[in-house]
Order: sequence, then C-alpha cells, then structure tokens
Amino acid sequence: MSEKKPNVGKVFLNGIITENPTFRLVLGTCPTLAVTTSAINGLGMGAAATFVLLGSNIVISALRKIIPDKVRIPAFIVVICMFVTIIQLVMQAYLPSLYESLGIFLPLIVVNCIILGRAEAFASKNPVIASAFDGLGMGIGFTLALTLIGCIRELLGNGSVFGINLLGAGYQPMLLMILPAGGFLVFGLLLGIINALTNRKKGDAK
Amino acid sequence: MSLILSSAPHVRSKANTQRLMLNVIIALLPSLAAGIYYFGWRAALVVGVSVASAVAAEFIWQKLSRQKVRVYDLSAVVTGLLLGLIVPPSAPWWMMIIGSFFAIMVVKQLFGGIGDNFLNPALAARALLLASWPALMTSGYNIGKFADATSSATPLLAGASYMDLLLGNVTGAIGETCKIAILLGFIWLLVTRTIRFEIPAAILGTAALLGWALGYDPLTTVLSGGLLFGAVFMATDYVTTPMRWEARALYAVGVGIIVVLIRKFGSYPEGVTYAILLMNIAGPLFDRIPMHRIYGYTKAKKEGK
Amino acid sequence: MNVILFMISCILTNNFIFNKFLGCCPFLGVSSKVETAASMGIAVTFVMTIASLFAWMVNAWVLVPLELEYMQTIAFILIIAGLVQFVEMFMKKSMPALYSALGIYLPLITTNCAVLGVATLNVKEGYNLLFSVLNGTFSALGFLLAIVLMAGVRERLESSKIPKCMKGFPISLVTAGLMAMAFMGFNGLVKL
Repeated sequence: MSEKKPNVGKVFLNGIITENPTFRLVLGTCPTLAVTTSAINGLGMGAAATFVLLGSNIVISALRKIIPDKVRIPAFIVVICMFVTIIQLVMQAYLPSLYESLGIFLPLIVVNCIILGRAEAFASKNPVIASAFDGLGMGIGFTLALTLIGCIRELLGNGSVFGINLLGAGYQPMLLMILPAGGFLVFGLLLGIINALTNRKKGDAK
Repeated sequence: MSLILSSAPHVRSKANTQRLMLNVIIALLPSLAAGIYYFGWRAALVVGVSVASAVAAEFIWQKLSRQKVRVYDLSAVVTGLLLGLIVPPSAPWWMMIIGSFFAIMVVKQLFGGIGDNFLNPALAARALLLASWPALMTSGYNIGKFADATSSATPLLAGASYMDLLLGNVTGAIGETCKIAILLGFIWLLVTRTIRFEIPAAILGTAALLGWALGYDPLTTVLSGGLLFGAVFMATDYVTTPMRWEARALYAVGVGIIVVLIRKFGSYPEGVTYAILLMNIAGPLFDRIPMHRIYGYTKAKKEGK
Repeated sequence: MNVILFMISCILTNNFIFNKFLGCCPFLGVSSKVETAASMGIAVTFVMTIASLFAWMVNAWVLVPLELEYMQTIAFILIIAGLVQFVEMFMKKSMPALYSALGIYLPLITTNCAVLGVATLNVKEGYNLLFSVLNGTFSALGFLLAIVLMAGVRERLESSKIPKCMKGFPISLVTAGLMAMAFMGFNGLVKL
C-alpha cells in the first residue's frame, strides 16, 4: 500500500473480494446483523454506507496534509458525520419507508468501523482518486455482502427475495431467520462456508 | 483423530459412550411407549423420522469431514429420540428433519462433536423449531386418544388431577405427558448409575418451592408440562452440565427458578427448554466462580507488571 | 414498579446484543477471556450512563430549543468522544487502579455503536431524563451480562475440536445466535 501510485483497479477489487469488509475483515457487524432482515434493507444500508465511504474517503484524502496527526480521529469522525447527516436528510425526504426500517442504524454509520478504518488505513495516506476507488470498492463489497445475507434471510424467513415471493404459498416461513438469532446464525454459517471454500482453493493451489 | 472419547471427565464407571447411551435409550422407551399409546402411530412416525435423520446427519457429517464414522456410539440416536419426544405428536416430518440436522450438525459437530457441544443439542433444536414455527410447535396435540378433546394447546392444565398428570392423561409433547413412564426411566438411570439424582431433585425442589411461593400447587408444578422430562433427561446431560458440585447446585437451582418465572410471567407456555439452555450457557461461568479466588489470577497478573 | 420492570427489560428482554445488535464489535472482539470481557463491560456501563445523561441534556436544552435536531448525530458523537477523553484523564489522575484495569478499553468505546445507539434511542423513544439514564445503565448491564456469558462459553470452546473453517468469528457468531435463541425464553417476561 505504501507505493506512491496504487493501482486503481486493484484497489477497487480489493474491497469487493480480497478484503471484503464483511466476509474477510468482519467489520461493521452491527448493521450487517441488524438490517439484513430483507434484501432491500441490506441493499439500502449498503448504498448509504457506500455513499458515506466514498464521500469521507475523498474529503479525508484531500485534507490529509492539513489535518494535524493528533486530532485526526475526531476530525475523521466529524467528516464522516457530515456525510451521514446528508444521507440521513436525503433518505428521510425521498425514501421515508427505507429510512424508517433502517432506524437508528442509519445515524450509527458514523461509528461503523469500516468507514473509520478506511479513513485511517487508506484515505489518510493515499491520493484522492485512489481513495475514492477504495471507498467505492469497500462500499460495494459491503453492499454485496449485506444484500446476500438479506436475500438468504428474507428467502428463508419470508419465502421471498426483494419482496417477490419465490417459494410459493405452501412454504412455511422459518420465522427465526428474520429474528436476531437467525441473523447471527446465517452470518456465522456463511462465514464458515466462505472460509471452507477459500481454504479448499488454497489447498488446490498448493 | 483416531482417539475415541468418552463423553465427559466425571464418569467414574468404566462404561463407554455406547453403553451409557444405550442406558439412556432404554430409559426413554417407557416414555416412547406411552406417547404411542396416547397419540397413536403419528407419534411413532415423528420419533422415527427424528431418530433416522439425526443418525443420517451424524453419518453425513463424519463422512464429509473425513472423520471416522462413529454413529455406533448411539449418541445421535439419543439426540434424535430426545428431540422426537419433546415435540407435539402431529409435528410435520420436514420439521423433524430440520430439527435433527440442526441439532447434530450445528449444535454438536460445528463445536467439535461429542463432548464439546456447550448446549444440549435436542433442546437447542426444539428452541429453533419453536422460534421458527411457533404455531406448529404449540398445537396439534389433539390426536390419538385426545382426538375429541376440546382442550387448548397449553400443556399446563390447571384443572388436571394428579392421577391424570401421572398417567399422562393430559395433552403435551409426545414423551412429556406420562410422568410414570418418565419416573420408570429415571429409576433405570439411577439403578444403572448412568446419572445421579442430585440435579433432577434440586431442579424439581426449587421449582416446587418457588411455584408454591407464587401461588401454584407445588406438586402440579412438578408434574405438569415438560419439567420432569427435562429435569431427568435433559438437565443431566454430562457434556452440558458444570463440573464442580457448587456450580451444579447453582445450575440446578437456576433451572428451577427460570422455569417457574417463564411459566408465570413469560409469553411461552412452558420454559423448561429455555431454562436449561440458559443454564447451559451460564455453566462455564458457574464453574469458575469458586476457582477464581483460589487462583488469585488478576492479582498475580498485576504484580507481574 | 414500572421502573423496576423497565430495568429488567433492558437487561433481559431487550438485550442490546441479542435483540438490538448494538455493540456487536466489542462483543465479538473482546470476549475471549472472562476477565477482559468483564472489564470491557464495566467500562461500557460507565460511559453509557454518563453519555445518556449528557446527550439527553444537550438534546433537550440545546438542540431542541435551537431547532438543531438534524445536528443530533454530530453533537452526540462529539459529546461521547469528549466524555471518553475526559473520563480517561479523570481516571488516570484520581483512580489509577481502575485506570490500569479499564484504560485500554476506553478509546475503543468511542466507536462502540452501543453508546451512540443508546443516546439516539433515548431521543427516538422520547424517554425523560430518569428513563434515559436508566436505559443507559441497564442496557449496558445487559451488554455486560451478554459479553461475560459469551466469554465463559468461548473459554470452554478453546479446547474443542472446532472445524478449521469455523474457528474465530464464524463459531463466535453461531454461539451468539444460539445464545440469542436461548434469550428468547425471556420474551414477554416483562410487559410494559
């Protein structure tokens, strides 16, 4: 990461696959578990976080030489908070139902460790363009993960995906999946499966 | 990995896992027979599917993870049997398959297999089914001998006589209704020294006492619902009970208290499942409480700085 | 009586971890040893109580009269960051024993979503000053209970033969799921 010109494409894909914030780094677990009761909520949360990540990464990267090192964390938080407030107001105005269902987890994006983590680990050390792609990649990785978990939980817990019924009227929805316990179980098992798959891949490569 | 584990450190007899499990199976047979007598062939089907899928789950897991297949230790049979006996007699077959696979694969094998699970697999599976399909898990008692009964779903009937409760002439989960059958099994487990009487006795005593304090009839408290079955067959599981005797006392008293509190104040009709699961979770902590001071762990660490 | 029921509901039925998913990061990250988990829980309890108090006062006496509610998030996070800093300094000076036990957890708490979460929830639910502070304290005690129980189970799991792909986060999440399932037994225990 320390070279002067990071490869933009690589940085972008890094967030989606190799360092997927949800499945590989396991950051930001609270919103991952809390809002993924349906695919649309997962997507909405992911999109909001992506916007904040993109914005905060750009601003922090642009200001990286101005912000004194000692107060950098509070400064980062203020920048992040600004973008969270923007997305909060926008969503409240144009997507009131999503705003309602994301509830307090929308303002809590401020303390999402992914965003502060990227600001600290990447944006404060890299130029603006690369930081923008890093934010975008991380955001999309987060969004994909949340949407995937949301799809699984909605399918099992409600028989539908994005509100479209897939399993027919005879399906007895497994209510647990949309309850908190189901969130922990699905996320844990999914992580285990992904680990097993990557381990096998590594084993094959050897 | 060719090591064969006996399930827990505190079994003093030389008996191996298979022998212990066989004793539990024998002890469960009277309850199974009573369930089939009261609820008919449907109950037998539920238990059969549950046992078969538990064994299948164990077999599949051990094959897939390239372990030695050890279904002959009968522990999967016990899990399946226990799960089959704590669900309503008209539970659908697919639900039993999901429950058994969850019990064996998630609750037991993911945590390291026999001897390493921190929760009782059958109870965890029941909690999963109850949370997932509450309607199916709290109804469907009116079959077999109860086909004409108008009684509602709740197994905690206030009006039932002691005799009805003892004989099992009340609706409830397949194996939980007939208390005489459970007591027969209890005696078998005691005689064969498979379990000791302290934990069930402490659970039932605490529940009776607290029930009495809250205005229930103590004997009815003990004899109704799934308390007796849970106290004898679930709370005595070697793997998920604490090791030290002080911890076991806390564990048993805790189960008794939570059962009565959930019955009195909770939104579920019966709390035995949750009470035992919660105490399974707290068990490792209980095991540490008296040890803590003896070690002086934190103090030693500070001095080291 | 209402107050007592409210406290119980904060700890058991509306548990921050098992019902609201607030504070999951430290719950998963700092729960491998019972002692550290307990220290973290106590530090969180301390901060959540004062944060609830200050956030409520700032919201009711500054933000609402000035119609600056949209500044809520930024105001709260600054209050929390400031408070944590202050508590850290205060502790270092006057309670060095406590500081050496809890000190390293304090900076982590700024970004613990449970703290900002409780401040935001208090406003959203319209709690008065007393209930806001109670919510802060007892929700944090619920967090303490959850993280200590989790640490107890995880210490036990250390010697287990957990499949390689499940080690670490996956098994912790499944454990948390099973615990959340058991906590469902408390449903309806408190009717407010």
